[in-house]
Amino acid sequence: MSLPERPSPKGKKVSLFVTCIIDMLYPHTGMSVVDILEHLGIEVDFPMAQTCCGQPGFNSGYRDEARQVARQFLRAFADAEVIVTPSGSCAAMVRHEYPTLFEDEPEWLAQAERMALITWEFSEYLVDGLGIENMKLALPTPQTFAFHDACHGLRLLGLKEQARTLLEHVENAEIIDLAESDVCCGFGGLFSIKMAAISNAMLQNKMATIEDNPGDTIVTGDASCLTHMNGGLQKHNKSKRVRHLADVLAEGLPRHEA
Amino acid sequence: MKLNANNFVPVAEIAITDPQLTAAVKRGTQAAFNNREAAMYAYGTEHGEGLRQQAAEAKRRALRRLPELLEQAEANMQANGIQVRWAGDAAEAQQHVMEIVRQHQVKRVAKSKSMLTEETGINHVLEAANIEVVETDLGEFIVQIAGETPSHIIAPVIHKSKEAIRDLFIEELAMPFTDDAAEMARFARQHLRDVFLSADMGISGGNFLIAETGTICLVTNEGNGRMVTTLPKVHVALIGIEKIVENLDDYATLTQVIARSGTGQAIAVYSHMINGPRRDEDADGPEHVYVILVDNGRSDIYQTDYAEVLSCIRCGACLNGCPVYRLTGGHAYGWAYSGPIGAVITPLLNGLENAAPLPHASSLCGTCKAVCPVDIDLPRMLLDLRHDLVEEGHSQFIWNAGIKGWAITHRSPRLYRLAGRAARLGTKLTGDYLPGPLSGWTKYRDFPSFAPKSFHELWEERQKGKRHDRS
Repeated sequence: MSLPERPSPKGKKVSLFVTCIIDMLYPHTGMSVVDILEHLGIEVDFPMAQTCCGQPGFNSGYRDEARQVARQFLRAFADAEVIVTPSGSCAAMVRHEYPTLFEDEPEWLAQAERMALITWEFSEYLVDGLGIENMKLALPTPQTFAFHDACHGLRLLGLKEQARTLLEHVENAEIIDLAESDVCCGFGGLFSIKMAAISNAMLQNKMATIEDNPGDTIVTGDASCLTHMNGGLQKHNKSKRVRHLADVLAEGLPRHEA
Repeated sequence: MKLNANNFVPVAEIAITDPQLTAAVKRGTQAAFNNREAAMYAYGTEHGEGLRQQAAEAKRRALRRLPELLEQAEANMQANGIQVRWAGDAAEAQQHVMEIVRQHQVKRVAKSKSMLTEETGINHVLEAANIEVVETDLGEFIVQIAGETPSHIIAPVIHKSKEAIRDLFIEELAMPFTDDAAEMARFARQHLRDVFLSADMGISGGNFLIAETGTICLVTNEGNGRMVTTLPKVHVALIGIEKIVENLDDYATLTQVIARSGTGQAIAVYSHMINGPRRDEDADGPEHVYVILVDNGRSDIYQTDYAEVLSCIRCGACLNGCPVYRLTGGHAYGWAYSGPIGAVITPLLNGLENAAPLPHASSLCGTCKAVCPVDIDLPRMLLDLRHDLVEEGHSQFIWNAGIKGWAITHRSPRLYRLAGRAARLGTKLTGDYLPGPLSGWTKYRDFPSFAPKSFHELWEERQKGKRHDRS
């Protein structure tokens, strides 16, 4: 699917869509995003009326319900110039699904189409949108990282190199490959509950590649996949963890900013 | 073919714990997946992607003109001396086959690999009439003597280990012991040679049907297809109406992508182009060639938003790439077609209520679309089918209620924040186990604690000038 040309986000205020998962489970990751953007001199706004993009309903077939939730997104971000979100999956929901979700609702359609054009995943916004590669970050101690490419960012938005580019330029960060880094961890939203045993078998495969990886930390761009992988790692008393790209980057911020 | 798709979950849960099956399927799919990648992009990403788009366009163009191309194909086949029959459904396809069998007093049928004959249950009808049917594709032959059904569109015995096949041959065919795969294949070939020479009728499928020339195209690797379509005096090809392509140029594109995507070959070992029965000047060939054009629900799909799925060329790439199929193998899908393509067409051809779990048998990772040689948007169709399931009332009450509750809390900022606080408190009480249907999660993974303060709350504090604590 090819997306239409999008207006440059340069010099515009950012409205952060933190996502419901980060809001409730990992608010510090949301703060990492804010800290990094502010480090770059970008003005960040957080529309307090935001909730969720609607994907849980949409992906399980409940489009009316998804629309109800998505309408709240449209209301909350009505004045946004640029929307940045630390999730490839939620960004893909807004960009790929909103225009068709509202195709029969002319009073919402224009807004939905506008949102699709101004919404960016975090690493994509920085690298593709602003042309930033080196944010002058330095980790306190040397660490080795390997990426898990979350499916929706990878295949719906074409994100792979952006996150690597950002981390590559961080002092003390070394990037190595993760075997089968582009194979799904088995999350898939309600799939992980409806078909829990199959989802878990996928997770076991992913955990095996994580265990075999000599890196210190696995990095990914989606908190949902992260929750799934860490949930498995913790359940099986494994020491390694998956971290969100924004948290890893924020660790490299100059001390006084963090 | 008997349908058992509603039992996807229990059958799959058994499959994923079968070490022999999972090892064999993993090995087979991984090899095919890697080979596809290497063959498809042998001349670079741009060439491979260009070929995919060219193939997709060829099939879309043919689909747009489907009715007129079918008439053109019929006229050209008839001009070539092929007898054309139309089958609206499986029963009609079976009747046509039986009429031809009776007319030519057929006793023994040699079959080349065909998923459509699986779909329409041709073997059962022939066997019920005491006609001997022998599958001659090695994989199909193994499946037949094991009394099973194929578990993969192009690799029917992907679920079996070499050792399991060895034991089967020893038991069923009295093969002298060998552990050598080539030796086993040689034994099977010897066994099948007699079948080719004595069969009265050959049955094949058809990978493509060229409208412009009335040509039946088969793509095979073992040579059995050529035997089946040339040695017996009667050749019957069952071809789905969606297999039509406009012309030889499109065929040239598609025959490249089917081999690259399916088996990782630049071109298959055998590319058969059959134009009709033996002519006076020909040294060999069948005296009679029949084509049965089978609809069996396809024209119904053609009328819907799912029409694009009729572009499928049955290469199996989406099976090899699917992390679900890679674990479960094909039998769990409960019908002729498995993997992502099966998850879409099984409900479309048999009714959603008869294959309700299949649209959910995916994490929506998107690999199936990425590897599809004709770029079918399978994840999109799975999403649409899930929507149809809800609309047609085939979803469970617990999910209906759960999602309604989710929508009510998440469409209102106030209720959303209240619900967040309630969940934070609730999970403190339930500990490590989530309640009700959500226990599917905690059976296999821990669920993280809710943060003491949500991002909303942290932001509010921040705005009030408080410094947030980044511990």
